[in-house]
Amino acid sequence: MEDKKSSHLIVRRILAWLAGLWQSLGVPLLAVLLALLIGAIILQISGASPVDAYSALFKGAFGSSKNLGRTLEKATPLIFSGLAVAFAFKAGLFNIGAQGQLLFGALASAFIGFAVKGLPPYIHIPLALFGGAAAGALYAAIPGALKTYTGAHEVITTIMLNYIAINITDYFADGPLKDTSPGNIVARTPAILDSAKIPSIQSIPIGFVLAILIAVGVWWLLWRTTIGFEIRTVGLNPSAARYAGMRVAFTVILTMVLSGFLAGMGGAIETQGVVGRYQPGFNTGLGFDGITIALLGKTHPLGVIPAALLVGAMKAGASQMQFSAGVAKEITDVIQALMLFFVAADMIVRWIFRIRSASEEKVILSGWAQGK
Amino acid sequence: MAENETLALEIRHVTKRFPGVLANDDVNFDLRRGEIHALLGENGAGKTTLMNIVYGLYSPDEGEFLINGKKVEIKGPHDAINYGIGMVHQHFMLVPVFTVTENMILGSEVTSGPSLDLNRARREIIELSEAHGLDVDPDALVEDIPVGVQQRVEILKALYRKARVLVLDEPTAVLTPQEAEDLFQVMHQLTDKGVSIIFITHKLKEVLNVADRITVMRRGRVVGHTTPKESTQSDLASMMVGRDVILQVEKGAAKPRNVVLEIAGLTVEDERSIASVKDVSLQVRSGEVLGIAGVQGNGQTELVEALTGLRAARGEVQLDGQKLPFENPRFGTEHGLAHIPEDRHKHGLVLPYSLADNLVLCTYYQKPFASNLQRNDRAVDRNAVELIERFDVRSPSQYVTAGTLSGGNQQKVIVARELSRPISLLVANQPTRGLDVGSIEYIHNEIISMRDLGVAVLLVSAELDEIMALSDRIAVMYRGEIVTVVDAGQATREKLGLWMAGLHPGNA
Amino acid sequence: MQSSIIGSSAFLRFLKRWGVNLGIGLVVLVTIIWGYIVNDKVTVAVLASTVRQATPLVLGALCGLMGERAGVINIGIEGQMLLSAFIGFLFNVWTGNLLIAVFAAAMTGALLGLFLAFMSVSLRMDQIIGGTVINILALGLTGYFYQAGLVTQGKLQPIALGSLAEIPLIGPVLFNNPPITYTAIVLVLVVHYVLFHTRWGLRTRAVGEHPRAADTLGVNVYLMRYANVIIGGAIAGLAGAFLTLEAVGSFERAMTNGRGFVALAVMIFGRYTPLGAWGAALLFGLASAIQTQLQFFGTFNIPHQFIGMLPYLLTIIVLAGFVGRTHIPAADGEPYEKE
Repeated sequence: MEDKKSSHLIVRRILAWLAGLWQSLGVPLLAVLLALLIGAIILQISGASPVDAYSALFKGAFGSSKNLGRTLEKATPLIFSGLAVAFAFKAGLFNIGAQGQLLFGALASAFIGFAVKGLPPYIHIPLALFGGAAAGALYAAIPGALKTYTGAHEVITTIMLNYIAINITDYFADGPLKDTSPGNIVARTPAILDSAKIPSIQSIPIGFVLAILIAVGVWWLLWRTTIGFEIRTVGLNPSAARYAGMRVAFTVILTMVLSGFLAGMGGAIETQGVVGRYQPGFNTGLGFDGITIALLGKTHPLGVIPAALLVGAMKAGASQMQFSAGVAKEITDVIQALMLFFVAADMIVRWIFRIRSASEEKVILSGWAQGK
Repeated sequence: MAENETLALEIRHVTKRFPGVLANDDVNFDLRRGEIHALLGENGAGKTTLMNIVYGLYSPDEGEFLINGKKVEIKGPHDAINYGIGMVHQHFMLVPVFTVTENMILGSEVTSGPSLDLNRARREIIELSEAHGLDVDPDALVEDIPVGVQQRVEILKALYRKARVLVLDEPTAVLTPQEAEDLFQVMHQLTDKGVSIIFITHKLKEVLNVADRITVMRRGRVVGHTTPKESTQSDLASMMVGRDVILQVEKGAAKPRNVVLEIAGLTVEDERSIASVKDVSLQVRSGEVLGIAGVQGNGQTELVEALTGLRAARGEVQLDGQKLPFENPRFGTEHGLAHIPEDRHKHGLVLPYSLADNLVLCTYYQKPFASNLQRNDRAVDRNAVELIERFDVRSPSQYVTAGTLSGGNQQKVIVARELSRPISLLVANQPTRGLDVGSIEYIHNEIISMRDLGVAVLLVSAELDEIMALSDRIAVMYRGEIVTVVDAGQATREKLGLWMAGLHPGNA
Repeated sequence: MQSSIIGSSAFLRFLKRWGVNLGIGLVVLVTIIWGYIVNDKVTVAVLASTVRQATPLVLGALCGLMGERAGVINIGIEGQMLLSAFIGFLFNVWTGNLLIAVFAAAMTGALLGLFLAFMSVSLRMDQIIGGTVINILALGLTGYFYQAGLVTQGKLQPIALGSLAEIPLIGPVLFNNPPITYTAIVLVLVVHYVLFHTRWGLRTRAVGEHPRAADTLGVNVYLMRYANVIIGGAIAGLAGAFLTLEAVGSFERAMTNGRGFVALAVMIFGRYTPLGAWGAALLFGLASAIQTQLQFFGTFNIPHQFIGMLPYLLTIIVLAGFVGRTHIPAADGEPYEKE
């Protein structure tokens, strides 16, 4: 009797879950389609052939195993920045500063990568990786603390900190940490040692595998631990969180720190897996892409993975598109912005396609007034 | 025809649906010139919805309106104002940071050239307030004036727009009994001048006192018409609820024992260092209900928030002989304090969470709901199933979100969570506000049975009837101070009303 | 007697509200006079540069405060400026007519304002995300359509206001400026008058504080919000036009460099008032002007990156210090639902 009742409940849960899946996945999928459609119209207006452009884009992203590897490679830091934004979002924080945290992560990991010598890879790789992550975490603690103690909204402070991060990392790459090898005139650090480089196994970057593991870890943290419960409660209803005895201020700072940790690790992986050193201008835009990816993935850590793959594919295919179809690769930025709009404006998409609204946990970002 | 002309307003066959609710179902209502027509019903009966439709805030799905016998269309508040309809909403529609004058003229501004003519507006307001005996300071900021005066501003606002039909939505909720009497005087003066008044309320005594006619609504429908002469309180109550209602809460005598809550010299100040609670000292014993009476906004919220850890304060508070730290809600949770908060949507529940998560909102980190940092969903589920059953929460399962439940069931979830822990003190702030009679009865009974189990209960309510029905002792709060504490047996409505207006027992 | 008591308490209230700002203003004023005595040429140059640097900031802040006074948070000012700057530049290249180009820029800003209003008022989208959509969209569109090598057809030149321009110190600083800079000063006064002395302003503020109250009095909440955000957008468009048509003369990718966000800090520092925003913008302008002077002379041995991040640091400090002390419109950022 008891068993029958519980199995019945399980079936009902699964059915409800499937219905919910369409209700929540339908919108992002259709948002991508609508964005591609409008992108095609823009291409047409600017005199390019959308078909040529998109097929070149597709080939460039998935055409060969090498291209596929590049897509995964591009997607890897994007998973991290997407996770960083999505994670902060769960606590009602909009971390636009993933960019700056990522830069510090990339720089710190490069520094550990070239300056610490004589370590075996299995120590050097994680050391540089976590060093980068820690740098990002520390940098993200600033807007967290500012929000908690002064009420300064994280959207403005993190954007300002992005500009400051560009300046500071630039200073290091062009000053104390500059690559002094003969013939170098650009601002960049020395190359990291081989012992710090993250290898690929048969065109699958190890970093990508790591990213997926981290995404699962983030999911576990959010939904299977008490810390995650606190973070989500603070995001959904900070007053109730206070009522329940949760430490809201601490949770806000902790969330920012963990978010910065993820962003910093993304920067480190980019340094150790792709660029091989820190060089200003090589990581631009990754943090901002994180916003699109997080929202496209419905701010769910596992949703971030396909979203990052999609944006990664667009990045990987963009050069081929520029080369063979003669379309400036910035069109992918336009398409991304449109995706962001349609996902955020899910009312429009639901109305066009008549999808019922999912009863999902909707976080409201705080306006200035609720900052404190 | 001749009879039609005496009708100031006629509502015919109005139906309004909200998703999942039939808020108004074929409602008919008429208002004669110069009468006070009470619209009586429980919370959620559809009274306010109907009036919001009359005022143009909602558009009806079906139905029509006649004003002075002529069919009119009301597409928005603008039309309603033009047809001479004015409405004083239950939650005042005043901009706190504007002056009285600015609030009065908003939407009907007096200008000279492109500029606002505030001086002329001020003169007009002074004239108007003198003509009706409603005294206001046109230059005061609304946030600085007491709620009673704010209500005057609201009535003047309607009169300033030349309202001939005035809708008053639960106007006495924020007043002392004496202030309410004053308001009834004003209402009679207005009807003498030919204004017709729709008086929305759920308070039976008031209806019998002031109304010329009574219309009763239940679950979106009109269920009866009557007059004060033809009916009694219990008639009206059963018409309103649909069954016989026991107007009195059944309870035995209290058996107070040791002091559980000891408050000494509690002061709460806001950011501008204005004290909202001033040097309050109180004791609550095990096995008794101490009710705090007072017009809302006299420091009750701040007092409760200070006790439950939500607000910084000064002074000494002891719970079961232990010092209760401020700004630490968890200490209370772990030391036997239960809190039914005033605003269930703000503090009490996380609406997008499942009932199961809401039921462990304060204890999620304790065994068996979690061990170390890892949550134990099974235990959370089991707890939910048990509490939903025990506290009679009407819900399809423990997985639905709290936001999908009715107000009464939401409140039961909070009650279930708070009372299922071992507790020695229950702090309940407005525990039945906005609920239907069934839920009110349920929660009142729970509070009394907690008392009988030896829990100390601190009850805050703006409903004097609720305070008088449940309390063993009553403390009256006015402007942050405790005016007096009396045994419930010695308190009458009149005395409480005077104390709520700040008159000290010695002076009265 | 009584009135003088009221007068003095009003004065005290004024001091309490604006004391910090007045203090800063006084310090700056003394510094300016001192600077003028020590070196008049550099002082005039720095101050003239201050006024011009302040222009896009005060315009952006006006855009922000019009929206927020009506209850719509606009963090898309950066994007509005950027796309307007670009479109203004393109129109200048195509037509060679600066007036048309400025107009096109303002219209672009207004159009993006319409888009923001649509997202936040009609779709009731999260306003912070709505603004982010505009920022990312502007970055993408300008990046995609930008072609290197477009040649500008001149830029707006300073107009000396007759003998006013000959007054020492004040003349060259205030009365010898290009048109958008003058316009910004006029707009500060106009927006101040409209916001605090007209029916429109009263309704705008009411809608930002308590939209339901305004609604019950027949004020069209949606209309007021749309209109203010759109007009604000046009003003942000002028800020964009300033960059390409008055200051630089050409377009570069992401040339707004965060000015749209700094403008928000200016708005908050100015306590949501146009005059306050102007004062705050001048302060920020001064910081930028001094920064440029430092870089130009290179007298101090500070890496240029550290000088470059001064305005951003200042923004954070101002936000941290002032956001908690300012009355923010109560309904700021909250979508309004009629039913």
